[in-house]
Amino acid sequence: MRRSALRTLPAIVLGAALLGAWEAYVDLSGVEADLLPAPHAVASALWSNGGLLWRNFAVTAEEVVLGLGLALLGGLALAVAIHLSPLLRRAAYPLAVGSQAVPIPVIGVLLVFWWGFGLFPKLVVIALICFFPVVVSTVDGLAAVDPEQPKLLRTLDASRWQSFRFAELPAALPAALSGARIALAVGVIGAFIAETTTPSTGAYPGLGREIITDVNFQTARAYAGTAMLVAFAIACFYALAIAERRLAPWSIRTRGETR
Amino acid sequence: MPTQLQSRAQPPTFGGGTGAHIALEGVSRTYSARNGAEVQALAEVSLRAGAGELLAVVGPSGCGKSTLLELLCRLQSPDRGSISCPPAVLMPQHDLLLPWLSALDNAALALRIAGAKRAQARARAEGLFVELGLAGFQHARPHELSGGMRQRVAFLRTLLSGKPVLCLDEPFGALDAITRAEMQEWLAGTLAGEPRTVVLVTHDVEEAILLADSVVVLSPRPGRVVAQLEVELARPRRRTDGDVIALRERALAILATGSQS
Ligand SMILES: Nc1ncnc2c1ncn2[C@@H]1O[C@H](COP(=O)(O)OP(=O)(O)OP(=O)(O)O)[C@@H](O)[C@H]1O
Ligand SMILES: [Mg+2]
Repeated sequence: MRRSALRTLPAIVLGAALLGAWEAYVDLSGVEADLLPAPHAVASALWSNGGLLWRNFAVTAEEVVLGLGLALLGGLALAVAIHLSPLLRRAAYPLAVGSQAVPIPVIGVLLVFWWGFGLFPKLVVIALICFFPVVVSTVDGLAAVDPEQPKLLRTLDASRWQSFRFAELPAALPAALSGARIALAVGVIGAFIAETTTPSTGAYPGLGREIITDVNFQTARAYAGTAMLVAFAIACFYALAIAERRLAPWSIRTRGETR
Repeated sequence: MPTQLQSRAQPPTFGGGTGAHIALEGVSRTYSARNGAEVQALAEVSLRAGAGELLAVVGPSGCGKSTLLELLCRLQSPDRGSISCPPAVLMPQHDLLLPWLSALDNAALALRIAGAKRAQARARAEGLFVELGLAGFQHARPHELSGGMRQRVAFLRTLLSGKPVLCLDEPFGALDAITRAEMQEWLAGTLAGEPRTVVLVTHDVEEAILLADSVVVLSPRPGRVVAQLEVELARPRRRTDGDVIALRERALAILATGSQS
């Protein structure tokens, strides 16, 4: 417990220093509050709008978690398919790369036309933004499996599926999880993009919408919402690091970073 | 340090076959690299081993010993020549324990591949696991085991495949002298209880003579059979026995000169 507290100390110190510098800058430069609210103003906006921001945050958090789930499932499935089929690799890999260049607003209207104003089109946007790192790192992880291992499994009469299940899949798991961490880091901004490109009809449209609405006239509240998104991204990232330690304990030992 | 090697049980007969259990006739194997260069690993190799025998293969590094075992295990096919060999299982040069499985799960891998559930496979492997001196390490991860223990787990995994022929690729090559001597005795004892036909690749001539019924000496690449020495010495054998020393010197001389003079 004390050790983990000690480990978070540098991040807290750096964060506090940056906030202090920001506060000092706003005070000394006299920049307008509409342009850059001071940290204390953001904190008080967070405090007085807590309920509103929190309900919007809950909507966004759900989108991020489900969208990432979709991205992971789709990304892993595609990576495995690409690994098993050289033909599919040649056919699908360039398209997967190209998909990352599509500006989401171009297809936003179409997604709404297909699936309406609900949750699902937003999940599709998030998944589209997040699946790529999962695919790339999983494909690389699968390709980097020690070629002796499948050989060993073959001499034990393993089928193709068993060789995959006992050797390739666990060997590629750490790489797949690294891909998931990258996906997670872009997942939150993915949700923001999803909310701003596919409108909602719900009572709370999500934090992304809220921020866009607030940014001109309620700047402090927009910053408060942003702070929540930032904190959420950090929390998710470390949650996944903990999951990784449980799912692939053998890989942590060799890298020795997160311990 | 143990010096006595236990005696082995009478060879079992597999499939009621008579004569040679394993027979290679004029086997050659050439690898072609991507740039078109060719490396001939084995040239015109002919050898035989009877059922239940332990055949040792010695030879300089790169002479095609691992290739020979992969041919026996049908992981590769020869370019020329014929191979007759019952189903064989490979214990690779590097133990290749899977880091994501516990020691016991690694040992039981062949059983799970054969369709057993995890709990069943573990239960069936546990008896031998304990017998092989691994008690208490069932749940250890491979990196938590000593070199000797890793080799035992890898050997057990090979044994539990149930195949009649075991191909062991330098099983004790990476171990220190004392551990190696212990493991040699351990292997002799284990094979006495679980008789199989064994092809043992080693660079340790003494090990070959202590353990084998017959020793094949290969030349430098491309590997050819320079000599096949029958080791007709009673067991248990000690490394200090006059006969063992004499045979060792002969084998070393053949290795050094590359001919049987
Ligand atoms: N997959 C491969 N592709 C190309 N060349 C290979 C391949 N495998 C082995 N060789 C070459 O064939 C020769 C024999 O290799 P092999 O591994 O059978 O030797 P070895 O006797 O087992 O050597 P060591 O004692 O060092 O293990 C070597 O020169 C090696 O470089
Ligand atoms: Mg070798």
